[in-house]
Amino acid sequence: MQDFGGAVALALQLILSGDANLIEIILLSLQVSLTAMLIACLIGLPLGALLATSRFPGHGAVLVVVNALMGLPPVVVGLLVYLHLSRAGPLGWLGLLYTPTAMIIAQTILITPIITALSRQVLEDLHNEYAEQFRSLCVPKHTMVGALIWDGRYGLLTVALAGFGRAVAEVGAVIVVGGNIDHLTRMMTTAIALETSKGDLALALALGVVLLIIALGVNALVMGLRMTAQRYAYA
Amino acid sequence: MLERAATIDETITSEEVASSAGTLLPLEVNDLTLVIGGKRLVDTIELTLAARSFTMVMGPNGAGKSLLLRLLHGLLQPTAGSIHWGGKELSKEIRQRQAMVFQRPVLLRRSVAANIDFVLRLKDGATADRRDEILEHVGLIDHAKQPARLLSGGEQQRLALARALVLEPEVLFLDEPTASLDPASVLMIEQIVRAAHLGGTKIIFITHDPGQAKRLGDDIVFLHRGRLSEHSPASRFFTNPSSAAASAYLEGRIVL
Repeated sequence: MQDFGGAVALALQLILSGDANLIEIILLSLQVSLTAMLIACLIGLPLGALLATSRFPGHGAVLVVVNALMGLPPVVVGLLVYLHLSRAGPLGWLGLLYTPTAMIIAQTILITPIITALSRQVLEDLHNEYAEQFRSLCVPKHTMVGALIWDGRYGLLTVALAGFGRAVAEVGAVIVVGGNIDHLTRMMTTAIALETSKGDLALALALGVVLLIIALGVNALVMGLRMTAQRYAYA
Repeated sequence: MLERAATIDETITSEEVASSAGTLLPLEVNDLTLVIGGKRLVDTIELTLAARSFTMVMGPNGAGKSLLLRLLHGLLQPTAGSIHWGGKELSKEIRQRQAMVFQRPVLLRRSVAANIDFVLRLKDGATADRRDEILEHVGLIDHAKQPARLLSGGEQQRLALARALVLEPEVLFLDEPTASLDPASVLMIEQIVRAAHLGGTKIIFITHDPGQAKRLGDDIVFLHRGRLSEHSPASRFFTNPSSAAASAYLEGRIVL
């Protein structure tokens, strides 16, 4: 316990002093996960809107698949991306393996089903409410989707933050495709795994504290958005 | 707003409105049937509405009133039968010349003004003048920037009505728009709808309130168990209904 207490003290010192190594790891983590979240939103929101507002043969099956993909094991995603990006893989010529881009790809694949499935739920609830009125007004499909996304913006922001939370906290995919290379692909989660295995608990704890702060921040933001939405009766 | 309605009332009589030729009229409904889950919810209705009159639709709960309105507006597809407006089969072009106000107003999660702008953009494009004019007309100009869902029930229904009227529909369907509203709100809604009618809009209005039907209606369509029991002028309907179901309904006896 003495070692643990010392590690906590050292961790706080690292955070408070703005340790350059620590900051670099945090910034890379945020950069990778935020980029993955943005790309996943660009793919997942239109897909969610399509699933929410359209009925086509196989619609139910697609929903089952999308929902099932929400539980994709990160290491499996990492392995699949690795197989594609490795030198012998079909995309090996791109030379992306062990780069931040590879980690962004892996996290995007991991959270796109989450964004799609959750945004579908948000937009479908809204669509059920608006559908008859929109049919009465003869609202064109593209206008309807735009209106649903705009009016569901608070719920969709919560969805995006849920995706970001999942991305920033995962370790399995990024360690496989990123390789946890110092000053290149070392993320908070991969660094925690490495430093813990090395017995260097100070850096691992410092990164753990930052991760917890980010998780708290994301949840506070979600709650704030919900309260704002309720305050203005948009929810 | 209320003064304006009164002025219109004095200058245009109901007969003058009824005689004006409307391109969507007559409405001809033949053998209209809707079957859902094996139940005939609307049953072989034959109906002709020739004049631009104020038509009230009445009947007990479950009679098929709301379903009939949705069929006439094209929100539901009939199982059998036909609907012709002005000799033409119901189409998207015809539906765009109609509007509907539902019992429970469906408002966008935006401001009052943005709710009007949304439908104006669907038509000719939003203009502040047109939006303010309609909000003034329904008495909501002071609430323009307020979130629509923070309005009271009566105000929300007036906004829904404004959103329908800003499209300048030739036919306006209203599905119990005053249900569960206080008397003052009912009066305001009635005056707005009456002004729209006197301005040339064909009104088809569902109500359970005989007093309201007497105040507003030129003719009454009475439904019972999905069938058309009676379609007659309001004066005759209330003094001498021709169907047993309508008589029982007006006497306050339960009609199932």
